[in-house]
Amino acid sequence: MKYVDEFREPALITRTVEEIKRLADTQRQYRIMEVCGGHTHAIYRFGLKDVLPSNIELIHGPGCPVCVLPMGRIDDGLSMAEDPSVIFAAFGDMMRVPGTHGSPLEHKARGMDIRIVYSPTDALKLAAKNPDRHVMFFAIGFETTAPSTALTLMRAKAEGIRNFSVFCNHVTIIPAIRAILDSPDMRIDAFIGPGHVSTVIGCRPYEWIARSERKPIAVSGFEPLDILQGIVMLLRQLRDGESKVENQYKRVVPWEGNRAALRVMAEVFQLRPYFEWRGMGFISQSALRINDQFAAWDAEHRFHIPGVRVTDPKAAQCGEVLKGVLKPAQCKLFATECTPERPVGALMVSSEGSCAAYFNYEHRKASTLTNISVPA
Amino acid sequence: MSTVTSIDQPRYKVRFRDPQIEMAHGAGGKASRRLIEGLFLPLLCEASPEPLSDAAHVRINGASIAITTDSFVVKPLRFPGGSIGELAVNGTVNDLAVSGARAEVLVTTFVLEAGLPSSVLEEEVRAMADTARQAGVTIVGGDTKVVEHGKADRMYISTCGVGSPIAGLHLSAGAVRPGDKILLSGPIGDHGITILLARGELDLEANLRSDTRSVLPLVEALASAVGGSIRWMRDPTRGGVATSLNELTRDCGLGVVLREESIPLRDEVRGACELLGLDPLHIANEGQFLAVVSPECANAALESLRATPGGHEARIIGEIRKQPAGAVLVVTSYGGSRIVDMLVGDPLPRIC
Repeated sequence: MKYVDEFREPALITRTVEEIKRLADTQRQYRIMEVCGGHTHAIYRFGLKDVLPSNIELIHGPGCPVCVLPMGRIDDGLSMAEDPSVIFAAFGDMMRVPGTHGSPLEHKARGMDIRIVYSPTDALKLAAKNPDRHVMFFAIGFETTAPSTALTLMRAKAEGIRNFSVFCNHVTIIPAIRAILDSPDMRIDAFIGPGHVSTVIGCRPYEWIARSERKPIAVSGFEPLDILQGIVMLLRQLRDGESKVENQYKRVVPWEGNRAALRVMAEVFQLRPYFEWRGMGFISQSALRINDQFAAWDAEHRFHIPGVRVTDPKAAQCGEVLKGVLKPAQCKLFATECTPERPVGALMVSSEGSCAAYFNYEHRKASTLTNISVPA
Repeated sequence: MSTVTSIDQPRYKVRFRDPQIEMAHGAGGKASRRLIEGLFLPLLCEASPEPLSDAAHVRINGASIAITTDSFVVKPLRFPGGSIGELAVNGTVNDLAVSGARAEVLVTTFVLEAGLPSSVLEEEVRAMADTARQAGVTIVGGDTKVVEHGKADRMYISTCGVGSPIAGLHLSAGAVRPGDKILLSGPIGDHGITILLARGELDLEANLRSDTRSVLPLVEALASAVGGSIRWMRDPTRGGVATSLNELTRDCGLGVVLREESIPLRDEVRGACELLGLDPLHIANEGQFLAVVSPECANAALESLRATPGGHEARIIGEIRKQPAGAVLVVTSYGGSRIVDMLVGDPLPRIC
C-alpha cells in the first residue's frame, strides 16, 4: 500500500535502527518525549521499543486530546444531552471516556440519544436531517481537528442551520509543551514533535523550544520509519550539541503550516484566558472558544452548563502519566482498578492514551515474555 | 447427555456484576465472554464439561450430534456480497463445521417488525433457501414473531442447526501443543469492513464484498487430508481473529505467536483499517476459519486447503508457543512485537 509499505520496509527499518545504535552514546541515557498520543500508539503497536537500544527512553507526552479533558467537561457535555430534544454527537474516541455517572456509551445504553460521527460536518448533516431536534457536537482535539470544527460552524451560519451547536473543547499544543518544560520534575533531552498538529500549525511555533529551551525537536510522521528517522535526527543534534527544529514529516507538514486552516480557525475561535487540563491544572491561553459572531452555535451560550469541577479519583495518577513523570504501569490503578473495560481515566480508553497503548500492546508482553523470536 | 462429574464444585460461578447490558456484551469480545461465563454458563450449562466452543457435541440415545444456535441482527439487511438471509444459514453451518460437524438440518426463527415490506422478507427467505441448498443443509421448521413498528430493526433471524460429527476429528483446546501451526483459510476483515462501509456513515468507498460462505467444503478437505492432526478450529466472526485466538490461549494455557506479514489481508481492508484506526485482527469475518494443526502435518494441511475451491489464499500465520502464556503476540518482520488482546467493546473509529 502506497505511503504505508515504504515506511514499514524491514530492511530500511533495520538500517535506521543500526544508525540509531551508532549515534547513541552508550555512556549516557536519552530521554525523548513523543508529544503526540498517536506516536505513543505507533511506538507500541509497531513494537519499536523492542528494536531501540535500552538507553533511549521514550517518554509519553500530553498529546491526547481526549485524555487531557477534565471529567467535568464530559459531565457538562452529557448534562446538555439530558434534554430529550438534544442529539449528542461526538467522535468515537469520546464514547468510552468516563464521566462521573458513566461514559457517553453507558448513557446511550440508558437511552440518551448519543451518536458517533466521523467529522463535525456529519453532525451538521444530522441537524439538517432532524429539524425538530437539536444536534450538539462535542468538539475535541488539538489544532488537528479545530479547523474542521471551524469550517462546520461557518457552514452552519452560512446555511442558517439553527438547530446545531458545538460544545468547544479544542485545546492548543504549545502551552502544554511549555507546561511540561516548566515542570520541575521533568528532564527531557529532546522532543519528537507532533505530526498531525503540525500539518496545521507548521514547524515555526516550536522554534522557541529549540532556541530558548535548547531542546532539539523533530516533527515526525507515524509510521515506524518516520519515528525512527525522527530519533536519528534528534540523536545527531544531541551528539553535535545543536538544538533546532527539524521536519521529518515533510511529505505532509509544510514549514509554515496550513494557512487556509489557520485562517478559518482565526475567524471562528479565540483563545480562552485559561482552561483546565486533566492532571495539569489550569493552563493560560491553552484552549479555544467560539467567538461572539458564532455565539448562536456555541453550546456554552445556548445551554445552561453546570460547569462543575470534578476531581479525578485520588488514587488515579493520570496527571503524572500525562506529563510523562510516571510510566502507565507505575500508576497505582494500572491494570487493577483501571482497565480498558472499566477505565478510571480517559488515558485507558482513548485511541491516543498512553495507558491504553501500554495495556493493549505491551503490558502482558512484559509480564509473560521470555525469549520470543520470529517463528520460522 | 454427558455426565456431571462434580456437582459440588461448578466450573463457573455467577459473578456477572455489570450494572446493565451494553452493546459490548454482544460484540463478541471480553464483555461477551464475561456475560456468558458469569451468568449464562453457571445457571444454564453448569453440566457442560467442555470449554466454550462454537457448537455442543452431545450423545442422545447413543447417537452423537452437534447442535448450535446463532442470531442475526445485521444492519443493513443487504450488503455487497451477501444479506442477512445468507448469513443466517452460513453462520450456523460454519459454527457446526468448525466444531467438527456437518450441518444436516436447521430450524429458524424470524422476528419481524410491523411495517417491513413483504418483498424484503421474501428476498431474504429466498436467499436462505438458496444458501441452504448450496450448503447441503435442510431447513425443517421455524417460528415467526412480529413486534410493533419501532421495536426491532426491520428483521432479525435466528437459526438453530443440528449436525453429524465429521469422522476422524477430535477437536479440543486441550489437545493444542507448543509448536503446533496456526492456519487461516483466507484474507480477514472483508465482512466487517464491508458492513461498516455499507452503513454509509463513512464517506469511504471500497470495492469490497462480505466473505459470507459455508466453510464446510474447506473443513472437509482439511479433515480428509490430515484429520487426526487437527487440534482445534474456530470461525473468527465478531471480535475477529484476535478474539478467537485469545480464547484459545485462555482455554489451553499456551501462547500464540503470529507473523504479521503472513496474515492475509486485502489492500482495501488494510486501507480502511489504517484510516479508521482499527486492527484487522479485531474485524469480523463470515467465511473464514482458523485451524491449529500438528507441525508435521502443517504443510499437507495447507496444501489441502489451497487445492480446494475458495482456499487458495490460505496461509500458515503463526504457531503455538509456551510463551506468552494466555496471550497473542504479533511479531513484525523487523523484530518488533505487540500483544493483541481480545476486542474491548465495539470497534470505534478514531479521529486523528
